[in-house]
Amino acid sequence: MRLQYPSNVKIIKLPCTGKVDLIHLLRSFEKGADGVCVIGCMEGACQFTSGNIRARKRVEEAQRILDSIKIGGERVQMFNLSSSEAPQFVKVITELTEKIKEMGPNPMKAESSKLKAQNMDAQSSPLSASSFELQAHKEGISL
Amino acid sequence: MKTKTPSKLEKILSAGHLAVTSECGPPRGSDPKAITKKAEMIKDHVDAINITDNQTSVIRLSSLASCIHLKLMGVEPILQMVVRDRNRIALQSDILGAASFDIHNILCLSGDHQQFGDSAQGQNVFDIDSMQLIQTVRHMRDEGKFLGGDDIKRPPNMFVGAAANPFADPFEIRTPRLAKKIAAGVEFIQTQCIYNLEKFELWMQQARDRGLHEKTYIMAGVTPFKSAGMAKYMKNRVPGMDVPDEVVKRMAGVPKEKQAEEGINICVETIERLKECEGVSGFHIMAIEWEEKVPGIVERSGLYPRPEV
Amino acid sequence: MIVAKRKPIEEIIEEAQAYEKILMVGCNECVTVCEAGGKKEVAVLASALRMHFVNQGKEIKIDEVTLERQCDHEYLEELRNQIDQYDAVISLACGVGVQFMAEKYMSMPILPGVDTCFMGVTEERGVWSERCQGCGSCMLAKTAGICPVSRCAKRLFNGPCGGSTDGHCEIDKDVICGWQLIVDRLTKLDKLDDYEVLMPIKDWSTERAGGPRKVVREDVMQ
Repeated sequence: MRLQYPSNVKIIKLPCTGKVDLIHLLRSFEKGADGVCVIGCMEGACQFTSGNIRARKRVEEAQRILDSIKIGGERVQMFNLSSSEAPQFVKVITELTEKIKEMGPNPMKAESSKLKAQNMDAQSSPLSASSFELQAHKEGISL
Repeated sequence: MKTKTPSKLEKILSAGHLAVTSECGPPRGSDPKAITKKAEMIKDHVDAINITDNQTSVIRLSSLASCIHLKLMGVEPILQMVVRDRNRIALQSDILGAASFDIHNILCLSGDHQQFGDSAQGQNVFDIDSMQLIQTVRHMRDEGKFLGGDDIKRPPNMFVGAAANPFADPFEIRTPRLAKKIAAGVEFIQTQCIYNLEKFELWMQQARDRGLHEKTYIMAGVTPFKSAGMAKYMKNRVPGMDVPDEVVKRMAGVPKEKQAEEGINICVETIERLKECEGVSGFHIMAIEWEEKVPGIVERSGLYPRPEV
Repeated sequence: MIVAKRKPIEEIIEEAQAYEKILMVGCNECVTVCEAGGKKEVAVLASALRMHFVNQGKEIKIDEVTLERQCDHEYLEELRNQIDQYDAVISLACGVGVQFMAEKYMSMPILPGVDTCFMGVTEERGVWSERCQGCGSCMLAKTAGICPVSRCAKRLFNGPCGGSTDGHCEIDKDVICGWQLIVDRLTKLDKLDDYEVLMPIKDWSTERAGGPRKVVREDVMQ
């Protein structure tokens, strides 16, 4: 349909949202993401029966964890759409982007830059992408 | 039946009279007058008075100390003892403590879980259960020995009781449970308060079918409602309590200022009906914080004056 | 199995904040099955802690490893060559593993990551419940296979108490009355007459009350 959606959104395609594990959500924020949006099929319409139900529970757990460490649980959200609902997709992404802009960037990023500046040794940077990328490749997730 | 202990309650029951007992809750403090005042109000209308043991796990003046105060004023106490808070050492020790003041009646109970009271974070004990406590007291009295086997100097001489709840679940083991307590050595039973007379009479029938009413004295528990609100509360929020709808309706059907009187009427009618029930040996009137009504209930039920033994 | 639950993250943060190089060690057995301290839980907790500390402006390294078990020498030995590069270990094993690790690596602070709860079963994924209290002298043959010590809130041997309501314990309507279960099972086994047999007073000396316990098999000792 060639609808426009915000350019800051990076899409990662999966065969089913059931493949999203809690650690993927958390590592995204560890790597500096400001928000994560999980978009799955309508409940009851999952090709694999309940992948999207499991995903929602994991998203809720991620929200609880992110709240408890003061990153902000609202940065991760899940929406159920059917693949033909392109306008709905754009709406959802745009609204989440606006909300996260209001919340501000991932608070970790500022602190991490400060730490990097203090620290000559890049090996201890918690934002080292290599181990996560390796895992993502293994699982067939393209970044 | 011949009596085995100096207990006044036992004497009255074995002489074939309908016994009357009541109950006092000790204060949440150390002033003994809180007990002695209540006991003064009812002492001429009952044969013995139960003292509850940290009921609903709310800390109160101990049952043992309260019973001693009763004894010192010449009133016959019934020591209620739960197994929730004491191990076998403390239980046997407190039994000796009671016996040293010539307290001759004991009621062996499990005890409400500590979750209900003001010490929900505390431990509980349950070293032995209430049936095993019955066996223990009998053993101490009849064999003159501690559980561990050693001899007791001046063994306790107590009349042993327990509670029974004809209305608790599961119903199919209510009579086997009574039989079990008798096998454990119980000599008198006080039941949970009765509002469902049909169910109680059914339970009594089952007890009579097995001859259990001849092996132990069964005292029927009654509690007068102060208000319709109290009836509803007991119906819905107290486990093991059976309050039929008709009884609640009857209480609610009377204007507020008349409800206390109606509650007493129901109580007296219950006693009158159960006097005719074969196997009922007496009545245990529980009127917590309403002790002043007990004399009236006893008199209206034709149970006054109390017999001399 | 031993059932544990994840500790609140605030508690772990409070203990961990004194350190800068932490090794988080999971266990592949019981705590994996009850989803409290296995490899996945280690990954999630480590990630959350890293984010928390960076957010606080604190530099911290948290590495992850999961051992087969933490209650046997040979698996804990696998850490010997790498453990000195850290200044603390957070173990997500049950209390047994945490302690065994502490005994083995005496100069390393070992912090617990889970609350160890009971010996129990998986009723369904996500629901674990207690079955055994380790009293040391099993009497299940006498109680139709249902334990009054672990399933009755008052560990009554001649229950139920007067608070049993509609098959549930007086403490919580979601807790089944253990004695109701025993009565039901005796009925199914056509042995309800056994209900009237008085159970004797328990010897608690084989339980925790008797002191810390040990089992020794001389015939298999080397």
